[in-house]
Amino acid sequence: MAAQAITGHVDWKSDAMQARRRARYAADRRLQIYGMVAIFFALGFLAILVGTLSFTGYRAFVQTTATVEIDLSQADIDRGDLMGANWRNIVRDALRQQVGDIPRSDQRDYFNIFTSSAPFLVRDKVIADPDLLDGTARFSIPLSDPLDQLAKGQINPDLPENQRRVNDRQIEYFNQLQAKGLIAQPFNWGLFFNADSRFPELAGLAGAISGSFWALLVCFVISFPVGIAAAIYLEEFAPKNRLTDIIEININNLAAVPSVVFGLLGLAVFLGWFGLPRSAPLVGGMCLALMTLPTLIIVTRASLKSVPSSIREAALGIGASKHEAILHHILPLSMPTIMTGTIIGLAQALGETAPLLLVGMNAFITSPPAGIFEASTALPTQIYIWADSPERGFVARTSAAILVLLAFLVVMNAIAIFLRQRFERRW
Amino acid sequence: MNMLTDAAVEQKLHSTSNEAAIKMRGKDVTVHYNGKQALFGVNLDVPEQQVTALIGPSGCGKSTFLRSLNRMNDTIEGCRVGGEITLDGDDVYDPRIDVVELRARVGMVFQKPNPFPKSIYENVAYGPRIHGIARNKSELDQIVESSLEKAALWSEVKDRLNEPGTGLSGGQQQRLCIARAIAVSPEVILMDEPCSALDPIATAKVEELIDELRENYTIVIVTHSMQQAARVSQRTAMFHLGYLVEEGATDKMFTNPDDKRTQDYITGRFG
Repeated sequence: MAAQAITGHVDWKSDAMQARRRARYAADRRLQIYGMVAIFFALGFLAILVGTLSFTGYRAFVQTTATVEIDLSQADIDRGDLMGANWRNIVRDALRQQVGDIPRSDQRDYFNIFTSSAPFLVRDKVIADPDLLDGTARFSIPLSDPLDQLAKGQINPDLPENQRRVNDRQIEYFNQLQAKGLIAQPFNWGLFFNADSRFPELAGLAGAISGSFWALLVCFVISFPVGIAAAIYLEEFAPKNRLTDIIEININNLAAVPSVVFGLLGLAVFLGWFGLPRSAPLVGGMCLALMTLPTLIIVTRASLKSVPSSIREAALGIGASKHEAILHHILPLSMPTIMTGTIIGLAQALGETAPLLLVGMNAFITSPPAGIFEASTALPTQIYIWADSPERGFVARTSAAILVLLAFLVVMNAIAIFLRQRFERRW
Repeated sequence: MNMLTDAAVEQKLHSTSNEAAIKMRGKDVTVHYNGKQALFGVNLDVPEQQVTALIGPSGCGKSTFLRSLNRMNDTIEGCRVGGEITLDGDDVYDPRIDVVELRARVGMVFQKPNPFPKSIYENVAYGPRIHGIARNKSELDQIVESSLEKAALWSEVKDRLNEPGTGLSGGQQQRLCIARAIAVSPEVILMDEPCSALDPIATAKVEELIDELRENYTIVIVTHSMQQAARVSQRTAMFHLGYLVEEGATDKMFTNPDDKRTQDYITGRFG
């Protein structure tokens, strides 16, 4: 054999050679199959995650309501003082009229079918549109959580009465309302436009979404310029010596620091020292910025490095100064990659919970924040709060909130991918 | 004996001044990259309004020498230049020298065409703009046009000045880079193997252009092609292993070189 190889005569058709080639092809196929199995595995888990979330969460996207007509022209309302009218009685009278006579002993159970905030809903609608006072208006009143669950089939009416959260009389009245065609299950816009509430039927994500928005805005405003400036200095100006090596290693380490540590830092420094307002998106955003910064510096440095040196030389070669070469040529060319990295960093920050918990963004707050100084929650902390709430309705809402968060993440990552595909230059 | 030497020196000085004024001069130039020496005491004069070709096998230091002339070596970490390089008698490595001005006066064209990924117009206008050479838009337009014209590219691109420079063919891109260098009115143009990435037809065009540019500019060109050196240059310098082997008029170098290494190299025995 050896002699054969040396003389250059190789018998490619021999059995041994053919078997060897077959084995090599088989190895190729095996490698491919491992990869496919791995992808199948990963996709499978993703499907399970989204599947279970959708299965528990889809009910939160509709809300059982009762359509109630209220004749406001007959009601005792002072047009100059809409806030002061006795909305509770007005609404209760209207609700009573929807079914026949209700014994006094049943009234409490009956009113509990509807959300306890019904008077405020009606009041706010009228204040928004005073013309409603001229006649009979229709209001869509959400049912309270137990009845909502009943309507969604989550409570079994065949159970003994003492084992369910709705009693027989409530079921009876509910059936009456349904028979009159007053019960509907429209899309639950409140999930997006209401702030948090103790009552699941009213709880929504508006506060959390705007809180997350403000926090991310703060995070972006801080980490983007600082990250780019740091990266430019390290990549373009800093001498390569021991000190810059240490800085580089520490930036890489910082990227791996658990986010809860940044939360503790924020708690100690931003709240403790600086005395910034607790639960504010400002502080949450600052913690997130600390967390995003190392990632952003690393991404920016990599993208600056990926601009070929010929562009730098071209600029320097016609007498551009260093800042001109960087700001006119290198930075614009690496911007798409930097933007992609920034969006992915922000998406990471959007899902980050631990630092926000530590700076108090898990408070119970019933109005969306109007700015970065007002107390608010954020999407991940809202999920945390709801997951902790005992009411049945929050189970579905937690899943729905997770789906909303995932949707935001998907959208952000899609934008990042789009930017990369559309603008990134291959050298 | 002594008299003779003096006379020889005088004659040499006389003949040099007769041929052309010296634009750039390297005196005992050494270059180290991170402690590794790449150039050993190179003495080379670059005469004005002539093409000086630097030839030699790969790694001989000719590009290193070229990049020392406009301090492009400054951008390389760990590069140290010793000796003296002068432009019109001024030391370019003097700390008081303004490197931005130097690089505007000593322009450079690189091996691989490297237009900015911007429009053709912007590529040429960029230099005049940062140096504030044009006072207004029409002056800038004029500079762009005349630069492209001098680079023999105007007729090909005048209708598509707003198209990206990277969309041109390789040869056009290289001429665009030459136009970009010309636009800041340099006195010297350094060319680092400007045709190595081009096909023969594009190469011929660029060579023709180099010959025309000689009227207004001093040109130093690094090339791997003996024929190119013979075609475009008036003076040739042969480098080997970091040393300047010999330099002289191109006709003489290619017909009757003094050094055996030069002869071996130009006849293709090594390199």
